[in-house]
Amino acid sequence: MKVLVCISNVPDTTTKVKFAENNTKLDPAGVQWVINPWDELALTRALELKDNSSTGVKSVTVAHVGPATAEPTIRKALAIGADDAIRVNLEATDAYQVAAQIAEVVKTEQYDIILCGIESSDFNGSTVGSMIAEFIECSSVSAVSGINFDNGQSVITREIDGGKETLSVPTPFVAIVQKGIAKEPRIAAMRGIMQARTKQIKVVEPIAVDALTEVVSFEPPQPRAKCVFVDAENPNQLVDLLQNEAKVI
Amino acid sequence: MSVLVFTENWEGKFKKLSFELVSYATKVAEMLGTTATALSIGNVADEELSKLGNYGAKKIVNLNSEVLNILDSQAYTAAIAEIAKKEGATVIVIANNNMGKSIAPRLSVKLKAAVGSGVSKLPVSTEPFVVYKKAFSGNAFANVALKTEVKILTLMQNSFDLAETANEATIEAGSVNVDGSMVKTVVTDVQKQTGKLLLTDAEIVVAGGRGMKSADNWAPLEELANILGGATACSRPVSDEGWRPHEEHTGQTGKIVAPNLYIAIGISGATQHLAGVSASKFIVAINSDKDAPIFEAAQYGIVGDAAKVLPKLVEAVKEAKAK
Repeated sequence: MKVLVCISNVPDTTTKVKFAENNTKLDPAGVQWVINPWDELALTRALELKDNSSTGVKSVTVAHVGPATAEPTIRKALAIGADDAIRVNLEATDAYQVAAQIAEVVKTEQYDIILCGIESSDFNGSTVGSMIAEFIECSSVSAVSGINFDNGQSVITREIDGGKETLSVPTPFVAIVQKGIAKEPRIAAMRGIMQARTKQIKVVEPIAVDALTEVVSFEPPQPRAKCVFVDAENPNQLVDLLQNEAKVI
Repeated sequence: MSVLVFTENWEGKFKKLSFELVSYATKVAEMLGTTATALSIGNVADEELSKLGNYGAKKIVNLNSEVLNILDSQAYTAAIAEIAKKEGATVIVIANNNMGKSIAPRLSVKLKAAVGSGVSKLPVSTEPFVVYKKAFSGNAFANVALKTEVKILTLMQNSFDLAETANEATIEAGSVNVDGSMVKTVVTDVQKQTGKLLLTDAEIVVAGGRGMKSADNWAPLEELANILGGATACSRPVSDEGWRPHEEHTGQTGKIVAPNLYIAIGISGATQHLAGVSASKFIVAINSDKDAPIFEAAQYGIVGDAAKVLPKLVEAVKEAKAK
């Protein structure tokens, strides 16, 4: 079985984000770019599945939609252990465009399992994975916290409101993964970093798909009022504020 | 033209989230000069269905099909798309929860409808249709234009106030062309957390971090949550250490919550933690380090050691509740 892991190139969460071009675009100056944290977990789980020969997973490819400037992030995924990578050469402006491009890659290369992180930490849309599935008309399972194979059948755990379900879907399928899917993201070892230099990043040109949405402007979050401090010896004052000022208890 | 709102049920019952969705859809419909239609999928009694009318839905479509007893995202998408077309929906409102997230994006592709995901406010404008949403995990917000004729909005839980209205709603049985062959998901086991307030449903959340020092010190925190009628939560290091179950982890990679009151005890407030809780209406921080970043996000703070402050706070709340 062939696994495709979709990765997004995002600013590190601790980056102070600034905007340019009339607040319509992220200002890339000073941004530390990383693999989207959930995608990193998806990649880790994909590699664990490949390490276990009984799962039938033979290869792990990463796919990214973005310009050449994203290649260091793709190399990082290769250093962590992906076999090869595909980059669709498009500066996409929304999730629909990204999903349409990945779906095209899946149709061409025929992957059995497509893994996506639950959301990207930049646009927080939680949309790309399920969109891909609808484009290729296959099953998708969201909020996945566990994935395995038993005699060639998928065994998937998904979180539901107030519990968990264990289920199976036929391949090909898209699993949108979240916390629990892998313990810790796998880190690139020196050997992996050396090997990554010679692994292939295949660049494909995009198909023509228009975005359905457009960012009109970005805004900083509204500043919160300054914290009111209450004496540690007198929590009654806090309770009073919560009851009579905030009116939340 | 209409606004269609999909309201999930839990064993035949709706919950506050369902009514938030209908309240929201009704307001969006008013902005567009139309009305809201609610869609319920599953076995729900008429009396329960009629409650959706109390929040402004003019019509309730009751789609009770056995095929849809299992959440198969493909089948659900087909069903909702069919109803949306029948109802002439130009806006579809869905919850931004696990179920909504599994359906809304597929629906977007099926109907070629733009998605505004994770909205917490009414659209900024309808002509052009612009929504305001979180971006960069709460480090910014974005005004996003949805450029298609049909739009999908996913609403954050506990972000929109309930609006009850005097209203008569009609209930109609719905039907769709979705047969069993479309359902490819086979569920083999369900584990439900019973009798416990869900973290995502809680209006008050009491969370502990590394400052709680060990797994043995949670009794007063649980007591505080209990007397406030809230749920307990924790920061990532706490769940990683195994002091608390993973289900309780709030933060960027854990659960994203937006309660009315979030009490953070012994949590320093790393960006990753705040990304999951910053939408809370009020944040109270209790931390021994007066320079901890959590105080920048908090409205009320106490500088002090959790072990000392917590018992006193529990007593103070008890006293106030007894009055």
